[in-house]
Amino acid sequence: MYDTNLVIGGKEFSSRLIVGTGKYSSNDIMRQAHEESGAQIVTVAIRRVSLPGSGESILDFIDTKRYTLLPNTAGCYTADEAVRTAYLAREAGLGDMVKLEVIGDSRTLFPDVQGLLEATKTLARDGFIVMPYTNDDPVVAKRLEEAGAAVVMPLGAPIGSGLGIRNPYNIKIILETVAVPVIVDAGVGTASDAAIAMELGCDGVLMNTAIAAARDPVAMARAMRLAVEAGRLASKAGRMSKKLYATASSPLEGVPDWTS
Amino acid sequence: MRITVNGKGMDVSEGLSLEALLAELGVPRQYTAVAVNRDVTPKSEYATVKLGDGDRVEVVRPMGGG
Repeated sequence: MYDTNLVIGGKEFSSRLIVGTGKYSSNDIMRQAHEESGAQIVTVAIRRVSLPGSGESILDFIDTKRYTLLPNTAGCYTADEAVRTAYLAREAGLGDMVKLEVIGDSRTLFPDVQGLLEATKTLARDGFIVMPYTNDDPVVAKRLEEAGAAVVMPLGAPIGSGLGIRNPYNIKIILETVAVPVIVDAGVGTASDAAIAMELGCDGVLMNTAIAAARDPVAMARAMRLAVEAGRLASKAGRMSKKLYATASSPLEGVPDWTS
Repeated sequence: MRITVNGKGMDVSEGLSLEALLAELGVPRQYTAVAVNRDVTPKSEYATVKLGDGDRVEVVRPMGGG
């Protein structure tokens, strides 16, 4: 079936699944999971090099000709830290896309929306394609769009929780509120969660732990690919309306008469 | 002089350039970025930036993350 591409800051992607590179039991499992996921964008964190240098790099297991690297600002608790991390990522040659995280609380990893807005403004002004990880608040989503975000990425549930899409109604309202693509980031636990996000009309889903922490990450990566595709198709197909009572699927006319 | 690299104290020769420090540490250049005293240093300035006593250097690369 014909489908449009996901467009993020002018870059086009046919896959609507974005996957992470963290928490895998081995780099080889990660590489296989990426392959099965069909993803074209993979997230990375920016961290200190272990010194003295050299040693195995995660980039030895990611074909950068094939995958677009999406650096994140995970671990940043202020706009200033997040902005500096984004600059580091760009200087490292990772391009100008950034998954912007400004964390407000270490227990829930919920975003600090004030810092997020500030960092979004700064980075958008400096030419970054800003992809902010935000909460499921439609008003904040609107403010982020106004601040120059290329997409908004509301959480389905806390990062790494696997609780699924806890507030589908808010996600729905966000979709009606902003014109930029909406990508559910965080909270997805299994394939049906990804399908629900896409059925709601989201433009994509970003996940890490749901795949990396599955018993078989490679199989789960395939499940997620299929779920995102199925959810997208269902969303485009337009579901039937819900009814309280049954409606027969077979014609009521022409039923044989068995009365004696 | 004494500088801090990725949180660890190091004694290095006076006026060491960033370029020389990275070479000494064996840091691969591709996909690496450096900040000195919180400011990101463009790769083109590695050779000209001289480190000073007390400087804090951060050397980063992409790692696994979500």
